[in-house]
Amino acid sequence: MKHHDHDHSRDRSFDDGPPSEHEIMSRAMQELLEAKGVITAEQLRRRMEQFDAEFPQRGARVIAHAWVDADFRQRLLVDGKRACAEWGIDLEADRLIAVENTPRLHNVIVCTLCSCYPRALLGMPPTWYKSENYRRRVVREPRAVLREFGTVIPEEVEVRVHDSNADMRYVVVPMRPAGTDGWSEERLASIITRDALVGVTVPDAKR
Amino acid sequence: MTLPSAYTEAPARRFNVGERVRVKLAFPPGHRRTPVYVRGKSGVVERVCGAFANPEELAYGFDGNPKRVLYRVRFRQRELWSDYAGSESDHLELEIYEHWLEAA
Repeated sequence: MKHHDHDHSRDRSFDDGPPSEHEIMSRAMQELLEAKGVITAEQLRRRMEQFDAEFPQRGARVIAHAWVDADFRQRLLVDGKRACAEWGIDLEADRLIAVENTPRLHNVIVCTLCSCYPRALLGMPPTWYKSENYRRRVVREPRAVLREFGTVIPEEVEVRVHDSNADMRYVVVPMRPAGTDGWSEERLASIITRDALVGVTVPDAKR
Repeated sequence: MTLPSAYTEAPARRFNVGERVRVKLAFPPGHRRTPVYVRGKSGVVERVCGAFANPEELAYGFDGNPKRVLYRVRFRQRELWSDYAGSESDHLELEIYEHWLEAA
């Protein structure tokens, strides 16, 4: 399956109808910055292209590498920002905390205050991540929310929620699934979805 | 349980990893990055993130100085929600600035 499980048309629904106050402000700011020669329309277009196409792939590549290189994995867990910099990825946030799933621990990420998200690593956050429903519920009934994503965490496994409420950004290091022995990093990266890096699903070799 | 960390040290900090802390139960107006659901709750310092510009000042166009020490605090879910339905071992971690914390 080439397509991801999210609906792009819904992500774009704010394009319909009259522009909101914030859209008007954003456009006015853009026009001013262009008129003053601070940015060009081409730079802006390129940036949006990166968010849509390039950035979402970065997280999967980094995690696939962590699966095959134990030293890199350790560096990622100690200082995520520095480990990503090895790949030429500038996270644009002060810190990245990578949290590792184990047979006894499952991690899931939320930002209850807004929608903080490691965008330079995972692209733009999905609509559900920004929804009030997810933000309100995943902190108080994470297991129920995970079940709605089709992810059932056994009772004996701790579920740990990370609220990305201030200066840190987070990424989950999922467990490498069984049945992937001998796979190339590229093939491993193909089963590492954005949702698994937020912690609402786990990678599956049969995807 | 806590990993070695390369995060910025904050020499003048009040709390250390492993210490019990309580988030102040206060409801001041203005821009705050301390979610209401942890106010008044007790947890354990998971790591010291370093010193960061104070978002409560940044929000209003000030420079955010003096910087505030930021901690990650780990809470038992049962401590946060009396009706928590998940496992006893479930936890939640988040970031709290020092001026919101007191020794517990």
